[in-house]
This record gives sequence, C-alpha cells and structure tokens, in this order.
Amino acid sequence: MAALDQAGMPLARSRLAAVLPGEVNLVIGLAIVLLAIAVAIAAPLLAPGDPYEQSLAARLLPPVWNERGTWEHILGTDQLGRDYLSRLIYGARVSLTIGLLTAAISGLIGVTLGTAAGYFGGRVDTIVTYLVTVRLSMPAVIVALAVVALVGNSFMTIMTVLGLLLWDQFALVSRSMTRQVVAQDYIVAAKSTGASTFKIIAREVLPNILPMVLVVATVEIASAIMVESSLSFLGLGVQPPTPSWGLMMSEGKEQIFFTSWLILPPGVALFVLILGINMIGDGLRDRLAPSE
Amino acid sequence: MLKYTVQRLFLAVAVALTVSAISFFLLRLSSDLARTLAGQNATAEQVENIRQAYGLNRPLITQYFDWLGGIFSGDFGRSFYFRKPTADLILERLPTTLLLGFLSLLVAVIVAVPFGVAAAVHRNSLVDRLALAFSALGQSMPSFWIALLMISAFGVSLRWLPISGTGSWLNFIMPVAALAFAAQPAILRLTRAGMIEALGTNYIRTARAKGLPRSLVLFKHALRNALLPVVTVSAVQLGQLVGGSVVIESIFAIRGIGYLAWESILRTDFPVIQSILLIVSVIYVLLTLVSDLLSALLDPRLRNL
Repeated sequence: MAALDQAGMPLARSRLAAVLPGEVNLVIGLAIVLLAIAVAIAAPLLAPGDPYEQSLAARLLPPVWNERGTWEHILGTDQLGRDYLSRLIYGARVSLTIGLLTAAISGLIGVTLGTAAGYFGGRVDTIVTYLVTVRLSMPAVIVALAVVALVGNSFMTIMTVLGLLLWDQFALVSRSMTRQVVAQDYIVAAKSTGASTFKIIAREVLPNILPMVLVVATVEIASAIMVESSLSFLGLGVQPPTPSWGLMMSEGKEQIFFTSWLILPPGVALFVLILGINMIGDGLRDRLAPSE
Repeated sequence: MLKYTVQRLFLAVAVALTVSAISFFLLRLSSDLARTLAGQNATAEQVENIRQAYGLNRPLITQYFDWLGGIFSGDFGRSFYFRKPTADLILERLPTTLLLGFLSLLVAVIVAVPFGVAAAVHRNSLVDRLALAFSALGQSMPSFWIALLMISAFGVSLRWLPISGTGSWLNFIMPVAALAFAAQPAILRLTRAGMIEALGTNYIRTARAKGLPRSLVLFKHALRNALLPVVTVSAVQLGQLVGGSVVIESIFAIRGIGYLAWESILRTDFPVIQSILLIVSVIYVLLTLVSDLLSALLDPRLRNL
C-alpha cells in the first residue's frame, strides 16, 4: 500500500517530513564546519604543543586513554615524537585552505563557462559542453598526481591543479540553471529595455543561480579536500613536515603493525569535516527543492 | 538512431583526440623531459645531447603527432624504467584493474539498487533514513581510510585476510569493499530518486488502479524506468573506478595500471604516464559511448546530441 499512498498523496506526508531533515542537516553541517574553521584559525592557541617539534625520547607515545598515556600528549605522539593532537589541529588549516581556495578557482572557471553556455546557447553552448565532456574523460587523480609531481608540490601548485580539474559540476549546474532563468519573462523584459548583456548576467542571472552554485561548491570543496588527502597520502601532495591529515595517515600506515591507532585521528577528522560539508550541501538542496 | 550513432561516435573520437593532446602537452610543458632523462648531475652538454638523440629539440607539436602516429600503429613508446614497450606493460596490468573495477561496481550495484528501491518505497521510514545515512557515509569516508581500517582489523589484528598482492581471490575482498563503498552513494541516491519519481507518475497510478499486484507494478513498471539513469551512472562509475583505483592499488600492492601510474609518476617515466592517461580516458569514453547508445536505444527521446 505504501507505494500507492505516496503516488496518491505526495504532498501531505513528504513536505513536512522532508523539510525537517534538511534543517537538521544544515544545522549539524554548519556546526561541524564552523567548528573546524574556528579550530584552524585558533590553532596556535588550541594546540597543546608545537606540531613540528620532534623528540626522540617521546616517540610513538600512546593516547591518554591508554594506561601508559599522559595528559601531556592527549593523542600521543607520532614516529618522530611530535605531539599528535597539535598536528591534527594544524592539519585543519591545510584541508580547509585547499578546499576553499580550490573551490574558488574551479567555481570561477565553471560558473563563467556554464553561465556563458546557458545564456548565449548555440555555438558557445556546444563548445562548453564539449569541454566538460573532455574534462570528465580525464582521470582527475592521475592527472593531478602527475602534474603535481612534475611541477613540484607547493601549496599553490596543488590548489591550481585541483582548481583546473574540478570545475565540471559548476559548469553543468550553472549552465542548466542559467537556461531556466533566461527563459523567464523578466529577462525578456530586461533585454527589451536595452540592458547590456553584462548587466543582465550580473544582476539577474547570477543572483538566481547562486543557491545551486553554493550546493555544488559544497560538493567540490569536499572533493578537493578528499583529493588533496589522497595526493598527500601517496606522498605526492603536501610535503613533510607540514601537518596534513592525508600525510599523517600515510605516516600512520607505516606503523600499522605496531601502533594501529595512529590512522584513527586523522581519518576521523577528515571524515567528520567532509561529512559536515556534505550535510550543508544536502540541507541546502532540500531547502531549494523541498518536494524532491 | 543511425544518425545519432554516427554523431555520437564522431564525438567520442574527437574527445579521445583532445584528451590525448591535453595529456601530452600538459606533461611535457610541466617539466623538461631531456633534463629528467639526463639525471640531476648532468652537464648542460649532456642534456643537449639527449635532446638531440631523442628528437626532443623538434617543435612539441611535431613530437605530439609522432607520438599519436605511433599509437595508431600500436606503438605507445618504450618505458624509460622498465625498458620495454609501454603497450606490453599496460596490457599486462590492465586486466587486474578492470577486474577490480568491475567487481567493485558489481558489489556497489548489488547493495545500492535494492537499498535504493526499499528506501523509495518506504519513503521517510527507518529504511530510508538508513539508506541515506549509508550513502552519506560512503560519500564522506575517504576510501583509503576505510582500506586502512580494514587492514588494521581484518589483516593485522584478526589475520583473516591477506593485506597485499593478488595471489588469491581473498586478496580482492578488502580492495573491492573499499572501492564499492565509495561507488555506492551515487547509485543508491539515483535509484532512490528515480523510484520516487516513477512511483509518482500517472502510469503507476493507473497500473495500481487496474488492480495489478504491487510487486508487479514496482518491479516491472517503476523499476524499469528508474534504472535507465542508473545504467548511465554505473558506466561513469566504472570509468571513475578504473581511474580512481590508484590509491587503493598502491595500499594493497595490487599491480594494476593505477599502481603502474603511481610508480611511473614517482620515476617520471613519461611514456608510461602519457599512455596510461590516454588509455584510462579512452576506456571512459568507450563506456559512456556504450551507455549513451544503450540509453538511446531504450528511450528514443534521448536521441539528440
């Protein structure tokens, strides 16, 4: 019967129920991400120690809940005797910076291309769609690995390469949203009053597609953070001794036979941050289309 | 359909050629091949000799067409490190990666499609919540972290599963699980959304009103329509699995092309990196070509480019 219930009365039941989870997602997601940003900014205040300071005498100390653990090193120390909690806290800076700046670059490329394709249509649309197809056909992780390895793995290179790779969803979504907006009466009206193309795009199109662009931004920030951690994990991303969660996991992997808990803190941190970002995206999406 | 097929084929060839050009120029402009080959302590003269010997002093565009011409006759160049034809290396390793990708996709579909259908049918129920949570986990947990957790639990602590190599089918359990877990969210969400949409359509209402049994309506009418986009996304996922298995292959020491790509990047083995980029792209192009043609065959409305 459930199938028919839904087919018959989609409104009464699902509206109410669907809006609420959207709100929950948004609130929890924002709480997680704002907390991560606060931790990243206040890292020097919050970190109990220096994330770079090595100590041969204090290598691989266990976390505080272990019987041999101490409050001096709450999450213990890594193979070089560096305070693990401090490295974890500073690692938030790497992930967030790369995530946000990469999405800024890819957003600029993708929204520009997508809006142009949706607004002008015709040949511009064909070219942009073709570029998106080409981009999707290239394996992002391998390309990023290769270019970062060849050019040299500075922070700037990683962000630029990822930014140049992860713009496809921005382009696709702003293209289809722009097409919908352009078909509206107020655009036709604006055109007939002689408003310039630039003005119409800046004043009418962009504000209208912005909410969906933000949804895509959450997806791309999350995937930039994920790809950066993969690159660093493979040893071709952020370089030691910079504390990056992916790098910490690759160092933890070396110790997996002896001190297996080392892979937990950076993994949990990555997972929770990405989950938070995705929850914001899901919450926004539910708000934009409550019936979906 | 014929016109669409021809157009779609033409597009596929154009995309593959563009990708080949981009990967060639991207890699070659990123660093100086002659210097890499000569090594770090080489003198300027030695670098220049290598440039001459390998024809690297010619315009890049000429070198590109040489490389492309070679590919059409099956010559992908020789690996600097392995000192054998790149084509042989890739052919040796490709089956492992394809098997890994195919198994992962299969597991992802087997888990995600029924879960997605159940979630759509019992919308907003506990099953639905669980399905959405499951897909959120798959989206947010980095696959290499899942792999490490499994290695730590099933490999190191319990000693149930081997943690590296491809000696037996047991070796594939953890890598397939890690990759499938990352591939399932897209399939699950699409199945769920497609089923919800299908269940809300008039033909389903009519079918139910005629008194057809619920299971028949669900599986014959609704699922069939909901699965069409799932076929497309599965093809895309398989393409991404082949390109994205680098990390998993390197963790589990699986000698597929992902692992080969990683090794070759570390050794700046240009001919191998270039060829892998091209082949992974061509696999993706072929998969999307086949899925687009299949979709167009099933749904004539899609026969417009």
